Amino acid sequence: MNSKRFFSVVWKEFLHIFRDPPSVVMSLMMPIIFTVVFGFAVTTDVNHIPMAILDNDHTTESRTLTEKFMNADYFVLKAAVNNQHEIETLMDQGKIKAALLIPSGYSRDLQKGLKPESLLIIDGTDPTIARTALQYGTLISNVYQMTKTNGQFQLPQMKTRVWYNPNLESSKFIVPGLIGLIMQNITIMLTAFSMVREKEKGTIEQLMVSPLRPWELILGKMVPYVIIGSIDFLIALIFGTWLFHVPIKGSIGLLLILGFGFVICSLAIGMLISTKASNQLQAMQIAFMTILPSVLLSGFMFPRESMPKIIYWIGNVIPLTYFLNILRGIILKGVDITAIWQDVMWVSIIGSVLLILAITRYHKRLD
Amino acid sequence: MQISGCLLMGSETIIDLENLSKSFGKIQAVNQVSLKVKKGMIYGLLGPNGAGKSTTIRMICGVLKPSSGTATIDGLDIYKDSERIKARIGYMSQKFSLYDDLTVLENLKFFASIYGIYGKERNERITQLIEMAGISGREHQLAGQLSGGWKQRLALGCALIHKPSILILDEPTAGVDPVARRIFWELIFKLAAQGITVLVTTHYMDEAESCDRVAFVFNGTVIAEGTPKDMIAAIGARNLEDVFIDHVEKTTGQSVMSSFQDLRFLTESNEVSQELASKEAQSSKGGGTRE
Repeated sequence: MNSKRFFSVVWKEFLHIFRDPPSVVMSLMMPIIFTVVFGFAVTTDVNHIPMAILDNDHTTESRTLTEKFMNADYFVLKAAVNNQHEIETLMDQGKIKAALLIPSGYSRDLQKGLKPESLLIIDGTDPTIARTALQYGTLISNVYQMTKTNGQFQLPQMKTRVWYNPNLESSKFIVPGLIGLIMQNITIMLTAFSMVREKEKGTIEQLMVSPLRPWELILGKMVPYVIIGSIDFLIALIFGTWLFHVPIKGSIGLLLILGFGFVICSLAIGMLISTKASNQLQAMQIAFMTILPSVLLSGFMFPRESMPKIIYWIGNVIPLTYFLNILRGIILKGVDITAIWQDVMWVSIIGSVLLILAITRYHKRLD
Repeated sequence: MQISGCLLMGSETIIDLENLSKSFGKIQAVNQVSLKVKKGMIYGLLGPNGAGKSTTIRMICGVLKPSSGTATIDGLDIYKDSERIKARIGYMSQKFSLYDDLTVLENLKFFASIYGIYGKERNERITQLIEMAGISGREHQLAGQLSGGWKQRLALGCALIHKPSILILDEPTAGVDPVARRIFWELIFKLAAQGITVLVTTHYMDEAESCDRVAFVFNGTVIAEGTPKDMIAAIGARNLEDVFIDHVEKTTGQSVMSSFQDLRFLTESNEVSQELASKEAQSSKGGGTRE
């Protein structure tokens, strides 16, 4: 054990970083750009569904129904059409996602207390949009008919309460995950190249013939990136929560400590890639092979509960899976360590294993 | 180039390889190589690219693990004491492995500190090495901006910073101009004269002739070994290059020149080249020695 050798590696790595200002700027700009771009783009909220109306009734009632549709934020009127053929054309062109057909006699049936019929056609290619259109379209139409028929329905009342994110805004769900994802990706990329560069330049041989120990080299190389990664986490956190109005309900201190831990865990992934890859292209490919599954399987976007068992288990070995629970727990639910200690434990275990693997994989030998 | 360090050469064997072999999968890179290098000697390893010179050197440095055989470096076993051996060897690889984005001084400081040399001692050694390498005034220049010769001498400086007793150089003069080559070899002679053992691989036969002993490595085996003078005298050759080609031809049972005949497609449509080819064919029939 020699801390002086360790610190000389740290010092050398810092020099490499400072001699390359564009990459420093990039690694600090990336969290800002990614947070803004993805924060706005990645949303599952559906509103402003473009729709067409075919009103064959031409009465006050039919016009009121149309207005009810437009008053809710979910639909926006794209066209008032005269026949069904026009609807087909618009739907085929993708200009509308829904169409409301009100037959003649709608108003008459409504006044007679009969069940008046109307038709809502929905473009089902995107199930998320279709589901929203279906739910809200049915709701709007039913409520309207109920008020008109003086509400003869007597349903048992169920009160509902939505916790943590009462307005069901998807940004509240996405942004904390995004912070974790961005941080993971940047830190993996940063370290994935660090060892490969030494291999490509041939300097690794010079290190191998020296008394430098594997852990001194690997950990020494990681230190500067731990600092950069932590700064990135802070930037993404401040930017994400401020820009998307996601208040941090829990302890910021706890969040920072656990974020720091996760940075180390991601750096270990990058370092492991770097010891395995023999050139920068390979490192890039392996990095992408690691990053993509972590986007899809960690629960960042898609609920893990509905995944097949095998896929679910793969998600279990991805550290981001646990870190997302930590982020959402602290930021949205305001929980303390007692609620997320299992996630913290798993991140620590996976991180330690990866780190040990990275150190032992670097043998100080070429073969 | 004949100021060799013979005077200080001791009888003590410092590098002792016995039947050292290394295979990568099915490829036998080094096959039963045995060598003895005495203290203060400049020992040359000659041979074509891919003959196994670098692999042998890397095993000595502890970067590759031998498949079989034994070796002791300065009395230390390469299997058990590879870390202690590392402290006694200064290694300079083919590519002058330096950090291009670090300055001359930063490179030297870094390599000093990973060998555990700090403070006043480090600064003194760096000053001396900069003077030796003739790079005074360029201490704050980035290593990547140095020309081949400067870079090479800086790499030598980095390899010497921990006062090794053995200096191992893998093609140290590849891609360096003749003047820089001369300066470099003068340095090597001085170091050998101070008692440092030098093991060097090279393609340049003039360099090889100024070694105290040389070994020809071919297809992973040592095919000849001795002092350059003895080897030239033994077969009555003109120079070491002829000795080398003679040995290769004897080993393979094939003329070195004959391989050019095979490229008939180059000469078929061209009368001038055909004449050349037939001349070559004749000369190769006349025996391998070209004398």
